[in-house]
Amino acid sequence: MITIDAVSQTFKGRSGPVEAIRDISLTIGEGEFVTVIGRSGCGKSTLLRMIAGLLKPTAGSVTVAGSPVREPRRDVAMVFQRPALLPWRSVEDNVMLPVEIFGWRKSEYRPRAEHLLEMTGLSGFRKRLPHELSGGMQQRVSLCRALIQSPKVMLMDEPFSALDALTREELAVELQRIHMDLGTTIVFVTHSIQEAVLLADRVAVLSSRPGHLRRVVEIPIPRPRTFGHNAHMEQVAGISAELHTLLLSDDHLQASPQT
Amino acid sequence: MTESRVWSNAVLPTLGVIIAVTLWWLATAVFHIDPFYVPSPADVVETFFRTPGFLLQESWITIQRVLIGFAVAVTLGLVIAVVLGSSRTIERMALPVLAAVNAIPKVALAPLLLVWMGFGDSPKIVMVILVSFFPVIVSTMAGLTSTPADLHELARSLKASWWQTFVKVRLTWALPQVFVGLKVATPLAIIGAVIGEVVNPDHGLGSVIAGSSANSDTALAFVALVLLAVIGVVMFYLVAGLERLLVPWAKAISS
Repeated sequence: MITIDAVSQTFKGRSGPVEAIRDISLTIGEGEFVTVIGRSGCGKSTLLRMIAGLLKPTAGSVTVAGSPVREPRRDVAMVFQRPALLPWRSVEDNVMLPVEIFGWRKSEYRPRAEHLLEMTGLSGFRKRLPHELSGGMQQRVSLCRALIQSPKVMLMDEPFSALDALTREELAVELQRIHMDLGTTIVFVTHSIQEAVLLADRVAVLSSRPGHLRRVVEIPIPRPRTFGHNAHMEQVAGISAELHTLLLSDDHLQASPQT
Repeated sequence: MTESRVWSNAVLPTLGVIIAVTLWWLATAVFHIDPFYVPSPADVVETFFRTPGFLLQESWITIQRVLIGFAVAVTLGLVIAVVLGSSRTIERMALPVLAAVNAIPKVALAPLLLVWMGFGDSPKIVMVILVSFFPVIVSTMAGLTSTPADLHELARSLKASWWQTFVKVRLTWALPQVFVGLKVATPLAIIGAVIGEVVNPDHGLGSVIAGSSANSDTALAFVALVLLAVIGVVMFYLVAGLERLLVPWAKAISS
């Protein structure tokens, strides 16, 4: 579904060029859930924005569903760290925003909006304004807004990082369920190992400055997965420890002349 | 409305006015101020009821000038702000000119307006516009440039056109700021009308003030001032009410 081919990104900083991403190649299959993990400033958001077509790679190319990405497209939806809702629009109208902007017929998509809101437990809040909702509910609305365009690919940029721990877990479990239901290909950027392990089929670990792909870790734990006690505690602990080591040893790599 | 809301929205402001008027009254009584300098509230009320019809009619003339001028100033201000907000180049070029026009003391323009437009309504209305358009421009522009980065990113990721982004996101987002400008511009509009009428008197409360000083009728001047204050307060609360109606979400996001 997504092919990232030798992609690099260099920004022009005030004191010379800043290399954000170096030579990342990764292929993501249809319906796959990939999390991208790395420390802050490792360029994981940059990578996501290049897949979204918001940012042109300095080198290399990104292909989604067989066609090269040059600009944002309708079969790719984004969910941001903050809900980015329009404060004057009701929950329902916020969800319908992409439909309006794409010039699709509203009446055709209303039932879908309703269905999505129901799926995320928001059907009782259709007419409410965003500020009347909790942070977790707002992020659910933004998830619905991304899903209304029936995207082939959903790109999520640390979508739960601004929420409290419990809401975070709740939403992660919910996202997993949605992914199992809809089969959307998801690329999910996070700095939480726990989130990465719960959600991903594969975890792409990035090193920091410049971000390059350190390793891709498979997570063969069967779904649905849950936090807390379950039959796969040992496996979870093992993989978490591995990711932990990978992320921590990063500093080490930076110090050596290699790369 | 809960009881505490009634208290803070209606009772407290009324109480404030009553206290202020009482202090005014006490000051004139205790210090034995000659009504020729500062008339007491009673004198003012009495003077008003000497010629209520005349005063209300003059008030109405001033109100009309203020409203027409204010409407033009707001429309003009919004349009100019939108044009400036849509292009950096135009903004860079036009802003110093507008700021310069705004910096000119408007009283100094009044004799010129008389030369250009003669007597009657138009020089007063133009004065209203000149005095009150700038805050609308500045606040609207501030609003248009304050769109949060995440909403911009959202619009970009949906490939919204410039126009769609402008109408569906930026303009509405700017509304609370626009209202800040309107609230500043409201009293200025009244000041503009009075400047026009005092410098170039024909009708209206400003002309009443100009005439009263010629006749040393201080109480009449105070009546006109009180009427102007009332007009100002009513207009301010109307704008504030409109704001509540149009942007009920503004308070919630600013807190």
